[in-house]
Amino acid sequence: MMILKYAAAALTAAIISTGCATAQEGMADALRQPTLDSLAGKKVVFVPMSMSFDLPEGWAAIMEKEAKRLGYTIDIRDANWSTDTGTRALTQAITEKPDIIVVQNFDVASYARTLKKAEDSGIKVVQVNMKSSYQTDAFVGADWYGIGQYAANRMIEKCGKASGKSGKIAIIQGPATAAASVYQLNAITETLKGHDDIKIVSSQTGDWDQSKAHGIAQTVIQQNPDLCGIIGFWDVMDAGTGAAIQESGKDIYLITSGGGNKTACQGVQNGTFNEVISYDVEGQGRDLNNTIKVLLQSKEPAGSLKFALYTPNKFITKDTMSANSCWDLDQLKK
Amino acid sequence: MTPSATTKTRHRIGLTQELIVFVVAVLLFVCFSVALNGFLSPENILNLIRNVAMLGMLSLGMAVVVIGRGVDLSLVAVMAVSLTLSIVLANQGYAFSTALALGLTFAIAVAVVMGFLIAYVEIPAIFATLAVSAIVYGLGRGVIASLDVNNIPDNLHWFLFLGRGALLGIPMPIWLFAICSAALYLFLRKTGLGRFTYGIGDNISTARITGIPVRPIIILQYVISSTMAFLAGCATAASVASMNMRMVNSTLIYDVLLVVILGGIGLTGGRGGVRNILVGTVLIGLLLNGMTILNISYTVQNLLKSTVLLFALVIDAFLNPRDEQTSQQGDI
Repeated sequence: MMILKYAAAALTAAIISTGCATAQEGMADALRQPTLDSLAGKKVVFVPMSMSFDLPEGWAAIMEKEAKRLGYTIDIRDANWSTDTGTRALTQAITEKPDIIVVQNFDVASYARTLKKAEDSGIKVVQVNMKSSYQTDAFVGADWYGIGQYAANRMIEKCGKASGKSGKIAIIQGPATAAASVYQLNAITETLKGHDDIKIVSSQTGDWDQSKAHGIAQTVIQQNPDLCGIIGFWDVMDAGTGAAIQESGKDIYLITSGGGNKTACQGVQNGTFNEVISYDVEGQGRDLNNTIKVLLQSKEPAGSLKFALYTPNKFITKDTMSANSCWDLDQLKK
Repeated sequence: MTPSATTKTRHRIGLTQELIVFVVAVLLFVCFSVALNGFLSPENILNLIRNVAMLGMLSLGMAVVVIGRGVDLSLVAVMAVSLTLSIVLANQGYAFSTALALGLTFAIAVAVVMGFLIAYVEIPAIFATLAVSAIVYGLGRGVIASLDVNNIPDNLHWFLFLGRGALLGIPMPIWLFAICSAALYLFLRKTGLGRFTYGIGDNISTARITGIPVRPIIILQYVISSTMAFLAGCATAASVASMNMRMVNSTLIYDVLLVVILGGIGLTGGRGGVRNILVGTVLIGLLLNGMTILNISYTVQNLLKSTVLLFALVIDAFLNPRDEQTSQQGDI
């Protein structure tokens, strides 16, 4: 009996010690090295609308950090607010044969053919935030329809019959052919169908410019003294809209959208905006990085995977705002 | 028609381009007043002028240079970048008044360099100012600030008052525009330097022979236009609490040229004055305001604006055919 007990104890000890030995050496992750190998040395070209405003600066900072960590390169080719310069940059990039092109479209048409050409020549194309009518491998960005729908519903809530207000609203769009404008406008029209209590008294383009938005808002407010709300299409531009509302001293509900840069939170804080729908550039940056990594690892040829990652929206009002509602470019770059 | 007959007709009717534009403006005004509810309200009229005050101030600067037979294509770049410099400095902790003074110094320094290139190195104004414009914008985007839109620091109520406040019921930008107009009127009409500017614009060789210090006065013209650009920038920045350098890429500089030419200041130099600018600015203001009230789309607005401008130019070409002098000197 005694012998058996000792034998069992010895056996247990032996098993435990072998187990420990295995645990001390660990297990090799068979996936890790191939994954890292498939990323290192790859080349990504980024063609933003312009490297001079919060969104592309934010995306670039996040993409560059990840590229540095994993050993691929991000080349930035600035289109500097010109579709011509952008098309030239894309054409140039196609001849250099990078693995991926990340592009932010000015409008739904300008780059469509060039993007198709890039895919045909074997380069995978990711579109960020502003879609072209041509669907490439991936789209990462704001859900413009969802944003428009939310904004319109807020207007129904704030200005519709139930609120006892006039129901008059105005829209300040971006350029008429930009993805942000066309999809949002479509959503607003669809949502307001059957809501006769809401009347759009003005729908003009502010062309992404504060001064223009300021002038339009001023005229519209002056012309419609009982205006109840304004839907703006970009917070940076709507700083002008908000200024016009503040000058008029009227209580007009301004809802706008943007990347969630700290100026958006400041605007909500100081009353320039009542509400900002943020498409969260930090989140988009992470989505972009993941998309780039998926496409670099995928063996599928360019143009075969077609997928979209729509950013979940954050809604920033005075009540919902917290310390991490917005981001700071200087912090992102660190 | 012989040239003398043309001159006679012109004298009899007295239809200058300025007058034509004025008539077009009055017609538009009457149409809008009848057709649009609320157009004629005093608030709307003030709004209308306020929204073009910045354009008007830039055009005043351009007018001085054009009267001296030059052109300044750097106005918008100088306006955007000098104010951006002020804002960036203020955000770094400088007192805003100091920052503004440094911004103005920058604008004047640019003007002196540009004036020197034109007056002494004798580079044609159109190329010199275009090149300087690109350099200034490059400095702005590459060195001074990394973003195009820079917000002024919080709590600068005195500065925001320049853009948003009102005195005696009239918005401050209109006061600024009015003061600048009056100052330039006095400069051009009542001072020797102003008269010399006309002399230089009319015939530079004669001006030189007469003993006018042509080159320093040319530099002075660009200093005046850059200063106007800076002031226009102040009015803009104060009303939206920020400055947007993207403006340099817009068509604003062409709008400025249109106000100047449309108002009747010929590119041949030596003619016109502040009144022409007022008329041109009001026409553009009327068009923009009326079309915004009518909720006309941006593209169609541009189409209509250009059509009205072309219409005014065509009438002018009919009523005031090119004369001996313009055919000799040519337009710009």
